[in-house]
Amino acid sequence: MTIMVVFTVYFLIPIWWLLVAATKERGDLTTTNALWFSDLNLVENLAATTGYGGGVLPRWLLNSVLYAGGGALLGTLLAGMCGYALAKYRFPGRELVFNVVLGGVLVPATALALPLFLLFSQVNATNTFWSVFLPSIVSPFGVYLTRIFAASAVPEELLEAARLDGSGEVRTFFTVAVRLMFPALVTVFLFQFVAIWNNFFLPLIMLRDERLFPVTLGLYTWNTQVNQVPELRLYVLTGALLSIVPLIVVFLLLQRFWRGGLGTGALK
Amino acid sequence: MRTTTRAAGVALLALTAVTACSSGSGDTGAAASGAAAACEPAGEPVTLTFTSWIPGIEDVVALWNEDNPDIQVEVQTGPNGNGGTYQNFFNQLEAGNAPDLGQVEYDALPNFRVQDGLVDLSACDDVVAAQDEFVDWTWQQVQLGEDDAVYAIPQDAGPMALFYRADLFEQYGIEVPTTWEEFATAAEQVRATGGYITNFSQADVNQFAGLVWQAGGSWFGNDGDQWTVDLTSEESEKVAAYWDDLIERDLVSTYPGWTTEWDNAYNTGEVWTWNSAVWGANSIMTGAPDTAGAWRVAPSPQWEDGGESAGNWGGSTTVVFQGTEHVYEAAQFALWLNTSEEALTALIEAANLYPATTEGAALPALAEGVEFYGGQPIYDVFAEASTQVSPDFVWGPTMTQVYNDVSDGFSTAISGDQTLPEALAEAEESTVAALEAQAIPVAS
Repeated sequence: MTIMVVFTVYFLIPIWWLLVAATKERGDLTTTNALWFSDLNLVENLAATTGYGGGVLPRWLLNSVLYAGGGALLGTLLAGMCGYALAKYRFPGRELVFNVVLGGVLVPATALALPLFLLFSQVNATNTFWSVFLPSIVSPFGVYLTRIFAASAVPEELLEAARLDGSGEVRTFFTVAVRLMFPALVTVFLFQFVAIWNNFFLPLIMLRDERLFPVTLGLYTWNTQVNQVPELRLYVLTGALLSIVPLIVVFLLLQRFWRGGLGTGALK
Repeated sequence: MRTTTRAAGVALLALTAVTACSSGSGDTGAAASGAAAACEPAGEPVTLTFTSWIPGIEDVVALWNEDNPDIQVEVQTGPNGNGGTYQNFFNQLEAGNAPDLGQVEYDALPNFRVQDGLVDLSACDDVVAAQDEFVDWTWQQVQLGEDDAVYAIPQDAGPMALFYRADLFEQYGIEVPTTWEEFATAAEQVRATGGYITNFSQADVNQFAGLVWQAGGSWFGNDGDQWTVDLTSEESEKVAAYWDDLIERDLVSTYPGWTTEWDNAYNTGEVWTWNSAVWGANSIMTGAPDTAGAWRVAPSPQWEDGGESAGNWGGSTTVVFQGTEHVYEAAQFALWLNTSEEALTALIEAANLYPATTEGAALPALAEGVEFYGGQPIYDVFAEASTQVSPDFVWGPTMTQVYNDVSDGFSTAISGDQTLPEALAEAEESTVAALEAQAIPVAS
């Protein structure tokens, strides 16, 4: 119990610090207690932060939601279909495909960023929305997880029954398999969402147009300009606080689906 | 139609990229250079791209776009140079899609030059004619040792001077030092009151380079064929030994720069002076808000009584990248951005840049007293310092590596396991090795 409390505090202190810092005036940042409030200034800070640079921060947040939300949704769908196919259909080369995908799990995303940049350069597509979005919908780990899950959670007998009732393969996937695989799909979605949200290196290399930046890259850029525009120090903190809100919302909304085993008891 | 094909191509690439681990790109966008690029107007409206990390640069460029419908400039942005934009520039040069114009600091120019990334602008008459408008040493910095070449247009400079706590010096009856010898004596007196005269930050190697610059040294040399590495020149050794002595006698603090501790040391009055660049004026205002009104600025202490030399720390240029099709238009814009009163005033207001032109340093925006410094017109001191910076300091082609290695050595020295001159000697060896590893010729 004590250990749990200690670790909870350990993990929550940085967030607490961020929350407190975002409510302070700039002058109070270094001069007052870092873990307790001084004059409350949160509303003014929020207004100034979202208004700086022609209101570019809300745009960054929206971009991040599009990259992460859209990318995770599409990525989950692709990974789910791929994993399901690998688990439920027998075809030559199945294990080879799976092993290659599995190999993909081992390649860090950072190592792929530069080759991707050169590839996108050849089709003149760097500095576009797609240059960040398309690489984001690929999730080898998702394929792995959904295959393992589908193998155990989607019974052959159920698929057989669906086929006998005249359901096509695609319809069976969307009406039967997806529901049974839901806990795994939610997991893949959350992992992918967080991975894209935090992916900093790919946008850093690909993007030069400020209006396309995700919030991570935008805040980093501001942070490197602090010496020229001192107000930015506070804006970076307030922006960081804003940027974790969507993550918290997504987790709170989706965690209930984690209570897995939707298919338990469906058969017997 | 074009977009559809493009999107399809991208989609295919993205899918294959899952397993592709190496780039297939072999061709580079950089055209062979050496001779100055031709500088002819295109005769039709052009659009240029310009990458810069100066906050508010869009508004400055908008002024140009309004008056020049035929040369439109599109601003692209990113983190500061060492924060990722330089690496991006190199990637883009490799892929052949670098912007037409970019911001590059003086100390990074040689790196871009050895990678053949910069267009020599000396074929543009307007550029050559602009030389007289700039403070001498800034022009030397963009020539990179080649007599007739111009590889960049200087933008801003970082002449150094001494920020000091006038109130504390007066309260304890200590003279504000004008030579480094007096500075060492004052350091003892300040220490006796419990404070430190200044802070030596191990990671700010380019500040240290500025001190060597002031002493008349240079870390590199380039005779057109070969590089020389001279981190252990007489001047460099002298400066290192001086600070080594102060550190050893505990007369200066050694907080890492730009941290909360460091801010705090200045904010509480524990540290009394900072020999820093003109843009440091902002850093003190931000980091030490409680000391408003107590600071003043004086010329840097000198090595010789009555000497008149200053160091430089930082500063940027505007470069034209290889691969551009519009050298003439790019040069026109770069000149306007860095010499016109309109643009310089806007840059001073947006980002506190300190202009590299003589007229720029005399702009009304820099003539007023600054409240934080007790109303002193501090920029007068820096304008004077800027004219005293030696034109002979040369940066090397691998400054990131040099900064890292020197900084590592300094941090060992601060913990007492070696001396600063020893750290420089080690860094000199590793720098020579780094140049040789990149097949850059080094004189032994």
